[in-house]
Amino acid sequence: MIHLEGVRKAFGSQVVLDGVDFDVKEGETVALLGPSGTGKSVTLKTMIGLVRPDDGVILVDDKDVWNLDRRGLKEMREGIGYVFQYGALFDSIDVFENVHLGITNEEQYGDLVHSRDRVAECLKLVNLDPEVIDKMPGELSGGMKKRVGIARAIAGRPKYLLWDEPTSGLDPMNADIIDALILRMEEELGVTSVVVTHDVRGAFRVADRLALLMDGKILLQGTPAEFLASDDPKVRAFLERDRDTSHFAA
Amino acid sequence: MTTLALDPRRILGKLILTALTHAGKLTMLVGESFRALVEWRIWFPRAMTEAYNIGVGSLFIVIVVSAFTGAVTAFQAGYQFQTSLPIYIVGTLIVESVILELGPVLTALILSGRVGARWAAELGTMRVTEQIDALESLGRSPISHLILPRIMAGLVMVPVLTVVSDAVGILAGLVAGKNALPLLTTSDFLMGARYYYRPFDGYYSVIKGFAFAMAITVIPCYVGFNAEQGAEGVGKATTRAVVATSVVILFLDALLAKLLLSP
Repeated sequence: MIHLEGVRKAFGSQVVLDGVDFDVKEGETVALLGPSGTGKSVTLKTMIGLVRPDDGVILVDDKDVWNLDRRGLKEMREGIGYVFQYGALFDSIDVFENVHLGITNEEQYGDLVHSRDRVAECLKLVNLDPEVIDKMPGELSGGMKKRVGIARAIAGRPKYLLWDEPTSGLDPMNADIIDALILRMEEELGVTSVVVTHDVRGAFRVADRLALLMDGKILLQGTPAEFLASDDPKVRAFLERDRDTSHFAA
Repeated sequence: MTTLALDPRRILGKLILTALTHAGKLTMLVGESFRALVEWRIWFPRAMTEAYNIGVGSLFIVIVVSAFTGAVTAFQAGYQFQTSLPIYIVGTLIVESVILELGPVLTALILSGRVGARWAAELGTMRVTEQIDALESLGRSPISHLILPRIMAGLVMVPVLTVVSDAVGILAGLVAGKNALPLLTTSDFLMGARYYYRPFDGYYSVIKGFAFAMAITVIPCYVGFNAEQGAEGVGKATTRAVVATSVVILFLDALLAKLLLSP
């Protein structure tokens, strides 16, 4: 379980998070929605110890992330896969090495036969051709980089997956594959996911619960049905905008 | 508002705070690097790659600069020695100038530009493209994977390149000296070289190379690792790394001369 309580974060005079309370139960997928620049990615990064909050508590499996010692933080991170918005691939090593680094179990990491199989399996899961395994990140398209980043995040069979805009920049077909992968992770492997997105359509498809982050606070947290039933003007405005786009696209 | 911003006490306070923050973070980085030494399985193979990149990659420019430095020193000696001074002093002048000062300092300044700038840009880019965050998110230490291999490679290769630079500088000095002063023989040059040479001079050159290696490795790694967001941040980090490293090299040069050469 992931639990955030009263999380505050400011960069200089700009307050990004102003008392965020947020819960993710085991085995569920929660979509964290919100307009661009509202601190969704910052919230995600506080959960894995990459951005230190100014105030508040962040618990992962009842362990206080920001009070863990070095070993505790390493162990905690090994159980979490993080999908970065732009892939964040290491550009000096090939796709195999990138995904290989995601195998967090040191014994399995050292077994090259197992690693090769696991890397190939992860690439297949994200709909990538096995031939990309020897390519350098610079030879891949933006969408392919993103999918290699996802393959790296799932290579260590994490308990939690934190997805930072997993479908932005992808074509609809690959966005659907990633959405399906998020669902599959939950249904088949019981992975708990937090999906940061502003893709309302995708969020409604994959999430058990949704949370809307606005003005530094969680404005609403609930099931998709509760979101649709909400009469809060800000929630309605956020949802309607996507609906209008869908109508336009139709 | 403007008055407050221009208040010298405020500016001084801000500068002191910034300096202390950097000193603290730099100390932490060095401390973390010492702690990561036990993870040799991670840093050693990467250090070998970096050592190859520094050594082989910088060899050409180090040889070129050292050769010209030795030659110019010899030509200037030729110009100045058209007096009653014994001609073998040319050997002394060139060998001592190259070993004690020109070899180590010029090699360090070249490497601060060639290697330091590259590392600051590489690490800065990795920072702004979230590659360092990605490494941390995988439970892997950026110090063992990125910083320590560079520091260890630099600590070995910079003194080696300094010795190469000394040798090339002296050799070029001999050739150019014989060209500038037709009366100068190889025996004269070697006699002059040996006459005032003490074994400590060679050690001093290597000690300087080692001290400069610390600056060339640690400062660019620190600056790049802490680069701010965006391409501009990487550019600033690169410039800052080269300027800071060069200034520290010159400072260390003066400090070591005072500490180790003062009678």
